[in-house]
Amino acid sequence: MYLEQIELQNFKNYASLSLHFTPGIQALVGENGSGKTNLLDAIHYLSLTKSAFNPIDQQNIRHHEGYFTIKGVFKRENSPETVFCGYEKARKKIIRHNELTYEKVSQHIGRFPVVMIAPQDQDLILEGSEARRRFFDSVIAQIDAEYLQNLLHYQYYLQQRNALLKTYYEQRQWDEDLCQTYDAGMLHFGQKIYARRQHFLQDFQPFFQSQYQQLAGQKESPQLSYHSDFGQTDIAQAFIKAREADQRLQRTTVGIHRDDFIFQLESYPLKKFGSQGQQKSYLLALKLAQFAIVRQELALKPILLLDDIFDKLDDARMQALVEMVSQQTFGQIFLTDARPERSLSVLAALNTEKQMFFIQQGKLNKTQIF
Amino acid sequence: MQVFASKLIENAVQEIAKLPGIGSKTALRLVLHLLKQNETTTLALTEALRRLRQDIQYCRHCHFIADAPECSICLARHRDRSLVCVVESPQDVMAVENTAQYQGLYHVLGGVISPMAGVSPSDLKIDTLVERVQKSECKEVIFALSPTMEGDTTTFYITKKLRDFPLKISTIARGVPIGSELEYADEITLGRSILTRTSYE
Ligand SMILES: Nc1ncnc2c1ncn2[C@@H]1O[C@H](COP(=O)(O)OP(=O)(O)O)[C@@H](O)[C@H]1O
Ligand SMILES: [Mg+2]
Ligand SMILES: [Zn+2]
Repeated sequence: MYLEQIELQNFKNYASLSLHFTPGIQALVGENGSGKTNLLDAIHYLSLTKSAFNPIDQQNIRHHEGYFTIKGVFKRENSPETVFCGYEKARKKIIRHNELTYEKVSQHIGRFPVVMIAPQDQDLILEGSEARRRFFDSVIAQIDAEYLQNLLHYQYYLQQRNALLKTYYEQRQWDEDLCQTYDAGMLHFGQKIYARRQHFLQDFQPFFQSQYQQLAGQKESPQLSYHSDFGQTDIAQAFIKAREADQRLQRTTVGIHRDDFIFQLESYPLKKFGSQGQQKSYLLALKLAQFAIVRQELALKPILLLDDIFDKLDDARMQALVEMVSQQTFGQIFLTDARPERSLSVLAALNTEKQMFFIQQGKLNKTQIF
Repeated sequence: MQVFASKLIENAVQEIAKLPGIGSKTALRLVLHLLKQNETTTLALTEALRRLRQDIQYCRHCHFIADAPECSICLARHRDRSLVCVVESPQDVMAVENTAQYQGLYHVLGGVISPMAGVSPSDLKIDTLVERVQKSECKEVIFALSPTMEGDTTTFYITKKLRDFPLKISTIARGVPIGSELEYADEITLGRSILTRTSYE
């Protein structure tokens, strides 16, 4: 599976753009601010029906315009499949596959998987638990269509329950039966999500460990663990116990919406004790393990999106990655670089089909095959 | 903004255009139509609307629309008083009535529970339902709410309130629409239809 063609209208800084790709390496080069990352984001959008960076679609429309469209033609075993994403101000976004509109986006997620490696990945280490949940949720959703559905249901009960807690705070009338109704919904879907996350991490672990070892050598051992309120023996009781705190704080303080994934090196928190290099290895290993597990579960190679990868990686890690490319580990690769000559020299040695696109202020300047 | 020759026409158009599904163009057409008819046509209409608004009542048992304190369904002798079908709105009563398949009574809740939308159980006719099934000959409560998360929550909540009474609780079946093709049915509906399959007669 690879992306053969993309057409953009009013997406971020692109007024109108149409590009053709080959199954190999696609290097997007151009000055900072020219639109390289935006193009990767458009591909991300086709895969996951949302931007990797900005969840507010209104802001993904080109300034002063009223809508954007992204159209992609993917090739799977030689037959073309089109994906259309369109968003108009104050309207519901439209996702179509071969001219058919989906009823639920969960039907689309996983059909055209991508893995993106970007400077923003460091948020996974630096930010709170939400960033980590979002990452693992998006990986699991790509390989399990029901998972996203369960998350949406859980989210619904959580929001209603929080609204109930707010009304209580304002009106001082407590409806225990209604709270238990929402508890039941959260427990039902929370249990499923908990089991899936746990199971996923077990499958993910060996991929992650081996990727890390490849990047960093045998020197140190990284740990990745999962923590959830649902790990307690009596989670239903925990919901009841938290009633008073919930009422006081006007939000639900127990549940899988507070789960965290813990990153450690030799039992110490990665964020505080990991060196720059170790943190980079950890993040890259997470992403490469994502690639490996999606590839195994869906039996196809995700499209790899590498944003400013040469700025981020040192020579040793770069070498490991180039090695993987030359061993045909990956399928189609999109990468961005502000310095074309650097990309040319790194990629020249690779015996793969390669194209370079020179981007300037949201327009294609020229294409070069090398 | 459209320019009207007369302030009277403008007022009438504005009022009619407030109705759902009617824009100012259609409203103007209706107004001009009324003016072409005899005066009595318009007066009959306004009188009917006035009486509708002032005289309409809601049944004190089931909260369906009525001309008297009790609705025609609750008053009808032949209806099966052991069955109460719980619905969201008067339209839903009419929809079920149109099937001519149901002979029991109804209970109109007036909505579904959603704290996010500002609808709490006390805004709905839930207390009267609980009271009613206790005091009446009701043996079975049938939930016919929308198959949404709000509808399901409301069913679950009311069922909790009814758990101490010797009642049969049921919900209407959810399945593949008649005349549609199986392959186009959504997974959830199809999955549920398989799980709640009925024996073939
Ligand atoms: N909605 C938008 N409308 C117009 N321009 C936008 C929009 N969103 C981002 N941009 C512009 O896109 C440019 C950044 O593009 P980006 O893809 O990040 O560049 P780079 O080539 O450095 O990766 C910025 O100049 C920014 O102003
Ligand atoms: Mg960039
Ligand atoms: Zn009645």
